[in-house]
Amino acid sequence: MQLSEIREQIISGLHQARPDVRDITGTTRIVQDLELDSVAVMDFILSIEDRFDISIPLDRVADIVTVDDLARVVEGLGNAERA
Amino acid sequence: MSIFEKFDHLRQTYDSLGDRSHNPFSVSFDRIESATEGVLNGRRVILLGTNNYLGLTFDQHGIDEAVRAVQTLGTGTTGSRVANGSYAGHGALERDLATFFGRRHCMVFSTGYQANLGMLSTIVGRGDHLILDSDSHASIYDGARLGHAEVIRFRHSDPDDLYKRLRRLKDVPGSKLIVAEGIYSMLGDVAPLREIAAVKREMGAYLMVDEAHSMGVLGEHGRGLAEATGVEADVDFIVGTFSKSLGSVGGFCVSDLEGFDILRVACRPYMFTASLPPSIIASTRSALQRLDRDKSLRTQLMANATQLHNGLQALGLEVGPHVSPVVSVALDEPETAVRFWNALVDGGVYLNLALPPATPSSRPLLRASVSAAHQPRQIDKAIDLFGTIARELGVLPAVSFAAEPPRVAAA
Repeated sequence: MQLSEIREQIISGLHQARPDVRDITGTTRIVQDLELDSVAVMDFILSIEDRFDISIPLDRVADIVTVDDLARVVEGLGNAERA
Repeated sequence: MSIFEKFDHLRQTYDSLGDRSHNPFSVSFDRIESATEGVLNGRRVILLGTNNYLGLTFDQHGIDEAVRAVQTLGTGTTGSRVANGSYAGHGALERDLATFFGRRHCMVFSTGYQANLGMLSTIVGRGDHLILDSDSHASIYDGARLGHAEVIRFRHSDPDDLYKRLRRLKDVPGSKLIVAEGIYSMLGDVAPLREIAAVKREMGAYLMVDEAHSMGVLGEHGRGLAEATGVEADVDFIVGTFSKSLGSVGGFCVSDLEGFDILRVACRPYMFTASLPPSIIASTRSALQRLDRDKSLRTQLMANATQLHNGLQALGLEVGPHVSPVVSVALDEPETAVRFWNALVDGGVYLNLALPPATPSSRPLLRASVSAAHQPRQIDKAIDLFGTIARELGVLPAVSFAAEPPRVAAA
């Protein structure tokens, strides 16, 4: 799957978590800009894992700040699983 | 700029909870009178938040044994077992625990926290995989962070999600260790261990169960959820603590796996910390004997747990899904929860307040833990007080007609 397509799916997932926030882009910071608490972030990550059929290791989660960071992690894990 | 600036947000939240005498996170008892009563800010309170499940902290035999140990062996070991050597009691307690659980091996740690920290950071390493329940205790998460295994989470108590995650790892090399808890400490819910064990068998993983809140509580012999669900043979490691049912402090891990003993020189949270003092070892051994011998403690505990759980539920409060000695009431607003907690203390009942993010599902919890030592009238008092405060704070309708027959409007 292309990075852009992954990004779009992540953004649509975030819109579901925060329907009141309009502008979510690749550079949006998931925790700070969207004010998601740690439980909401965890639920969101679990839903992303389901959607892309991957498991994101916790140390990788810690490094994710923006939507694009997450998209790159998803892309990397998806490719690794197909390899 | 202060080195503590990074805690500004936390400081703000902490300070907003009230001054020292009213802050739920800086409680200091004037005195502890018994397993179920203490004095807090000059007020006598029922202790309903101590995890003292079997009420053995004032057990006379335990006290006598601890006194004898401190008189004959001194106040402390002043060092680690690897460097300073073990006392006879350390090995004896390990043999007692191994026998109790029917396992060959046991290691005792200086706290329950360190048992998880030590086991999880050591038995899996680089190239291995840890698969944790998402609601795992902080000590499990911290142990995972201290080690080098890759850590992933499965949805809380969801064996299908666990299966999916193990399936994704099917052809990935390395050992896989699943971690679940017997009773989860926040809501008192019980893991679906039979189903988790079935996934473990099918996918060829190892399984560790933390029985911190379920040892002495669940199972015919008090061995915890693994015993209660009949899957002890599938559980490769059981970790637990002495600071709940056994009324002291410390932790342990038991296992039947060959080669377990090498951990004594590999597990840093075991090696580089002072060993438990003789008095603790002595009272813990005494409590374990009592736990093993006296099934009436578990019967009484579950009767008390049922009384509190059903009583709070009957009031219309939202409690956890299972009857267990952990009985938590979920509220919506943290501010209401703090006021509720203070009103309970003022009314003579002490329990725990848990605020998000330390709670599942982002809701504040008033968390009670029941003891076999509670008298039914103490639990009744707590239920009444909960009802009064809940109505005062608008958590429940101000006047409840629930107990009365429905009124028919006059035509």
